[in-house]
Amino acid sequence: MYSQGLIGADGSTGETPEFLEAFQKRIDAEEKIEPNDAMPEGYRRTLIRQIGQHAHSEIVGMLPEGNWITRAPSLRRKAALLAKVQDEGGHGLYLYAAAETLGVSREEMTEELHSGKAKYSSIFNYPTLTWADIGAIGWLVDGAAIMNQIPLCRCSFGPYARAMIRVCKEESFHQRQGYEIMMELAGGTPEQKEMAQDALNRWWWPSIMMFGPHDADSQHSDQSMAWKIKRFSNDELRQKFIDATVPQAEFIGLKMPDPDLTWNEEKGGYDHGPIDWDEFWRVVKGHGPMARDRIRDRRKAWEDGAWVREAALAHAEKRRARKIAAE
Amino acid sequence: MPLFEALLELADDHVVLGHRVSEWCGHAPMLEEDLAMPNMALDLIGTARTLYEYAGKVEGQGRGEDDLAYLRGEREYRNCLLVERRNGDFAQTMLRQLYFAAFMEPYWTAAADSADETIRGVAGKAVKEMAYHIRHAGEWVIRLGDGTGESARRMAEAVENLHLYTDELFEAGSAADVDVLPDRAALRPAWEATIDHIFGEAGLSRPVIPHPQTGGRNGVHGEDLGHMLAVMQSTHRAHPGATW
Repeated sequence: MYSQGLIGADGSTGETPEFLEAFQKRIDAEEKIEPNDAMPEGYRRTLIRQIGQHAHSEIVGMLPEGNWITRAPSLRRKAALLAKVQDEGGHGLYLYAAAETLGVSREEMTEELHSGKAKYSSIFNYPTLTWADIGAIGWLVDGAAIMNQIPLCRCSFGPYARAMIRVCKEESFHQRQGYEIMMELAGGTPEQKEMAQDALNRWWWPSIMMFGPHDADSQHSDQSMAWKIKRFSNDELRQKFIDATVPQAEFIGLKMPDPDLTWNEEKGGYDHGPIDWDEFWRVVKGHGPMARDRIRDRRKAWEDGAWVREAALAHAEKRRARKIAAE
Repeated sequence: MPLFEALLELADDHVVLGHRVSEWCGHAPMLEEDLAMPNMALDLIGTARTLYEYAGKVEGQGRGEDDLAYLRGEREYRNCLLVERRNGDFAQTMLRQLYFAAFMEPYWTAAADSADETIRGVAGKAVKEMAYHIRHAGEWVIRLGDGTGESARRMAEAVENLHLYTDELFEAGSAADVDVLPDRAALRPAWEATIDHIFGEAGLSRPVIPHPQTGGRNGVHGEDLGHMLAVMQSTHRAHPGATW
């Protein structure tokens, strides 16, 4: 799952105009850029940052959902949630591998996550409080992620684009699964319906914030658009998501927590109320309710596992030495 | 109803161990294990679901998988003590997995010849999964046993903590009079051979246990199981009669 408009991209680059022009020609011709191709430093840096943030989001995203694996209300739901969280881990692995083709190691990226230098999708810094949150995350957060990621299947960087094709298939399954959880709750007992509405109330605004600042306030989009890393603007994607999601909420009898949400006949889409950008920036800057806990948990897993990783390396070394000695 | 009771023992073993393994999700020592452990948990929970469903059918009181998993308390759970032990560190989790899988693999192999069609069906799928669990957990036991000084110490400690719960695996339990399920006692040589082979490579020795711990098949568990079930059953029990 993921994602949010890239946080803090820096597309500045120092190559000659001839080089940049030739590169842009390849981009404009919709050629895929592969790891060994010459590329502007800014392009490489932007992609490392974006793919890294994406990978970290998958990994950190395992925590809020993992919070409900042990309390899932039925064995069927428990198995489905386990499989989903496992998928997210798989996406993380896939994406770290894609980023590694650009000359950065998984260990370096992990260290940057733990030190707070690398960002991840700030939606995961909200807590999962009830079982309905698992439905809401699948439906809304994965739903928003798909809007962002489908265009990424056509991203100019080959390994990222190809990774996204598989990731999108799985995410779309997660989105349907999440919606199905919400549908079951919304049609269930009054307590279950209340749980579903409460989850929608809490996850709606953070979900539409996932697309990042309004286009007028988004500084880094232009270069990413020119390089075809990004294909649609934040507002375009947000609009698509809202237009797709509002009827889904209506269908299961849940109410969107936005009194200003109205259908705009002229533009053929919904108008929404003002987004609380103060909250967005607060959470992006690391002050979300679960931000400290998330990083603490990731760090703890990493530190607690250090002796295991060391042992695996030591054992591999011993085996190698024994094999050489036997030859 | 011996078959019903015997199926519950089996299903409880699987759901409890599956739950324990799932507690690691997102907290494993490396990303590859964050993928492998849910995989093993899914195998176990999948088997538990089929067994509970079948147990409910055999009982004939209209109870389904969730009634049996979520609405029985710790005194009614019939799992062996080994599977309910806390995860502890990674060494302990992998050893527990090896001990259980090294027992279940020959169990399902024997059950593949059962006169009961459902049991044959479960066995055919589960035997492959257990072979994988032996391989995965066994490789870790070897790596950790023959890794660094610290990992060897932790592995030896895991053996000391868990081995005393392995005798119970071979108790007949409710299956004594059930001829469609394998004789557990007969599986001891196969289990010991697997463990000895892996321990040999890991530099570990199989201890002699003068006073093994048992009681799970009679619903006499350690204190941890009640806490585990309290967590596992909380959402389900808070909404009686709800569907999910």
